[in-house]
Amino acid sequence: MIAPDSTTTIDLVARFPSVVTPDTRPGYSGWIVDPAHLTEVATAIRNEFSYDLLSSVTGVDYYPDKMEVVYHAYRTTGGPALVFKVQIPRHNPVVPSVTPIWKGAELQEREAWDLLGIRFEGHPDLRRIFMWEGFAGHPLRKDWKEPFYEEDVKPFKSRWPEGKHLPAEMRTPLQDNLFFPPGFDPEAFSFQDPDQAAYEALRRQHRPTDEDGIQTDVIIINMGPQHPSTHGVFRAAVMLDGETIIGLKPIVGYLHRNHEKIGERNTFLQNMPYTDRLDYFNSMSNNFGYALAVEKLMGIPVAERAEYIRVIMAELSRIQNHLVWFGMMLNDLGAMYTPALYAFEERELILDIFEATAGSRMMCNYFRFGGVARDVSEDTLRKIHDLVHDRLPRKIDEMDRLLTENEVLVSRLKGIGYLSAEDAIRTSMTGPMLRASGVPYDIRRADPYSIYDRFEFDVACHPEGDMYARYQVRMDEVRESIKIIKQALKQIPQGPIMSVKPSYQIKVPPGEAYGRVEAPKGELGFYIVSNGQPNPWRYHVRAPSLINLTSLEMMCIGEKIADFVAILGAVDIVLGELDR
Amino acid sequence: MYGKGLLKGLSVTLSRFFYTYWDDLVWFWRRITKGKRRYYSPEGIAHRSSKEARGIFTVQYPEEKLPVPEEFRYLPFLVYDEGLDGTKEIRCTSCGICAKVCPPQCIWIVRSTDPATGRPRPQPAEFYIDADICMNCGLCAEFCPFDAIKMDHDYEMASYTRTLLNLDRLLKPASYYASIRPLNAAREEEARKAKLASKAAKAEAKAA
Amino acid sequence: MNPKDINLPGYEIPEELKHVIAITALDRLYNWGRRSSVWPLMFGLACCAIEMIATQAARYDLARFGMEVMRPTPRQADLMIVAGTVTKKMVPAIVRLYNQMPEPKYVLAMGACASSGGPFKEGYNVVAGIDKFLPVDVYVPGCPPTPQALINGLILLQKKIDKESIKQVRWYRKGPDSVAIPIPVLGPDLIDTRRIPDIKAHTLSSTSKTDDQS
Ligand code: SF4
Ligand code: SF4
Ligand code: SF4
Repeated sequence: MIAPDSTTTIDLVARFPSVVTPDTRPGYSGWIVDPAHLTEVATAIRNEFSYDLLSSVTGVDYYPDKMEVVYHAYRTTGGPALVFKVQIPRHNPVVPSVTPIWKGAELQEREAWDLLGIRFEGHPDLRRIFMWEGFAGHPLRKDWKEPFYEEDVKPFKSRWPEGKHLPAEMRTPLQDNLFFPPGFDPEAFSFQDPDQAAYEALRRQHRPTDEDGIQTDVIIINMGPQHPSTHGVFRAAVMLDGETIIGLKPIVGYLHRNHEKIGERNTFLQNMPYTDRLDYFNSMSNNFGYALAVEKLMGIPVAERAEYIRVIMAELSRIQNHLVWFGMMLNDLGAMYTPALYAFEERELILDIFEATAGSRMMCNYFRFGGVARDVSEDTLRKIHDLVHDRLPRKIDEMDRLLTENEVLVSRLKGIGYLSAEDAIRTSMTGPMLRASGVPYDIRRADPYSIYDRFEFDVACHPEGDMYARYQVRMDEVRESIKIIKQALKQIPQGPIMSVKPSYQIKVPPGEAYGRVEAPKGELGFYIVSNGQPNPWRYHVRAPSLINLTSLEMMCIGEKIADFVAILGAVDIVLGELDR
Repeated sequence: MYGKGLLKGLSVTLSRFFYTYWDDLVWFWRRITKGKRRYYSPEGIAHRSSKEARGIFTVQYPEEKLPVPEEFRYLPFLVYDEGLDGTKEIRCTSCGICAKVCPPQCIWIVRSTDPATGRPRPQPAEFYIDADICMNCGLCAEFCPFDAIKMDHDYEMASYTRTLLNLDRLLKPASYYASIRPLNAAREEEARKAKLASKAAKAEAKAA
Repeated sequence: MNPKDINLPGYEIPEELKHVIAITALDRLYNWGRRSSVWPLMFGLACCAIEMIATQAARYDLARFGMEVMRPTPRQADLMIVAGTVTKKMVPAIVRLYNQMPEPKYVLAMGACASSGGPFKEGYNVVAGIDKFLPVDVYVPGCPPTPQALINGLILLQKKIDKESIKQVRWYRKGPDSVAIPIPVLGPDLIDTRRIPDIKAHTLSSTSKTDDQS
């Protein structure tokens, strides 16, 4: 088992005797904090031990007796995580909120409330986030069963050897994916707009007054879920004073596909293709994060050649993500299509490589525990070589010429959507967003995983904190990725691509693991708890798209409504990962 | 100077515009000298998806089709070997591994039993894949121990109804498999032969 | 289609039916007009939407079919490509969008999710196929369908349009098909208002205790 890496540097027990105890369960690491003192301990962790970036907050349901909330905190100067947990009884799960300390916990605590029913006391706006207000039950609880529930664990027995085809609908009383509590009378049901609570929260939090202290009239408008520039089914309720934004609430969950509930039924291997569908632009990065987490749990190495292939694929995927981002961003600004069409050409060429190696353009399902699914052919390697040595640099320079100095672009981006470094850290921003606020925090450097410590590259960082900086960071990152791929292509050895024998029955020892990668959109983390069964007990995704939205309101306040679309675009969200 | 960036950007679009027609001329010359055509020809398509591609990038589906790589996967199909008298020898032994490994559990298999003895026979009686659940992940093909289920290249599957693939629709001959995935098929053939040979050798050793 | 052909019905017309020639020829004109300018709604739900965008981009270029004009508003759209997973939370919006589209209107279910729930079918927030609510014209299996597979589906849709007749399409006829689809409501679960009697019968009957919901 890997040594608990978080306990190496500091000793919380010495600082808080009788409040903190080390987590001694086999396979676990970190500290268990008395919930009554969580605020105190968390404040010390941030201020005294300078773990300023709270990366993830995860609720875990240890059915039948207790619930647990797991926090992963990092230093933006680098280094491993500090993991601390609180345990609470399952029948009354109440935890003090850490949102006042790290604002980045806000959306994650709402998520834990929505899906697990853990109440966070002191949270400024504790509402459901993915499901709608009024939905019956907290779905991620272990004793909550979905209407199409068949068995706790896959594979289902009804598929073989007596697998008469029977659609799931046929098994349920209503012939559909529906469950209503017994005694519910649909005719007596009076419909209330589930989003009313969001508007009320907006009104509560922002009370605009003019100079004389008189409340001014405001309007709340909804953008999305069907809106051409919200990148899918994102929705925001925006509070306006004239044209100026004075408040904003993201309303998400329109693509909540129950990734985690399904993931806890799946075996470890079966989750791999599901991770493709998180951030569907970057299935390679998603695979990477998940594979890292499970490999950590299993304690197996990765084949040398596979490490290089992984890095090459992840970086190619970053390039195509950022290219598409340029195109989409410009679409949002009103430069319809031209940059997007140019970007998609390069993307197609990169997807050709994915298709040739992994078999699919978008849903690669390419990583396996201990390596990758199949080798890269010499022919494909040559294609990659051609791309990174010839075509891509040319095309990136062309994109640069097309956009970077364009006066319209500059005036739309410069100075707009400002986010200070301090706020960015406080709201747990990661990825290009954080680096555009002047914090050179890149997990590939700060806490190297895989073989990133073997490559020379610069961490792109711009201190201005506005949208133009976000644009420049991505432009630089593409170039750095090309650099990494060039080095990887030079060093890639021959050899096996799997360190263990490929198998669909994978033994994972009990324990917990958190694997994280620098995905193109930010820190993508997978928190996995295994209890020795073929399927994970808890499978949680720390989605950068979701958590990067915490500061959306901050960035938008004071800007014009027309800029909202651009500010949102600059965050680079993808709904599959945001809503899961 | 204000406007410099704009002009720079416009020069990019202008050069793209220019190269579209310039490339037409280049290809016209190639056609005269080498008989190579820009459209509706394999070399034209290959060019348009190479690093040299510029100007027109479009592949004119359905008249031209982008060749799919060998590893491309869409929906699974079942392989059968053609017996000497034209019978279909289904490779699948209904061992159930693919149904177990399938992430969204969209494979349904009914194992057949021998009517005489009531014992299971290594052949599926019914085999369903719900194409509207299948996530094209390829795990079934990856872990089938008998090379019996493989991923198809045929993506032209649109229809007016939902698609449920049954045994009839799933079965395709081994020759088809070899035609879409020549390298894989050859490699697996090798492996099977080697296995048979080693088995025979063992049997001989035992007999001796 | 060759413009010349529009004026020819293309088949022998019996004497007694001569008076309907006008309408059959009109059908062809009408179909030709529609099939060559099917404007999709700019509307993406999930992963499949990215392939839809790729279909629109340079390499596959939907403009060759007169379909590149993605309309952000349903009022100008003819075709709804349901590209991605339909969730219960989203389905009221989708039905509303569909109702707002002017006739003639078509629905193409792109990908496994839109067709029947796809890999996420078992999820508690996923609608098992958009055809539970909207009449789907073409299903394109795949996860995601490649751009070429999507174009294949669109060509199939064009073929369907070619076969239609003004006299028969449902939107010019009286009947249950021509009224707007009632918008489902979000209660403890998704309530399809057409099914209220079923739901009531189920929840109020004493035998309905199925699981132990917390
Ligand atoms: S296809 Fe392969 S894995 Fe599936 S039942 Fe048949 S032999 Fe077994
Ligand atoms: S491709 Fe994947 S989802 Fe489809 S049948 Fe095979 S294992 Fe199941
Ligand atoms: S069918 Fe597949 S690719 Fe399409 S939305 Fe569903 S999961 Fe995503």
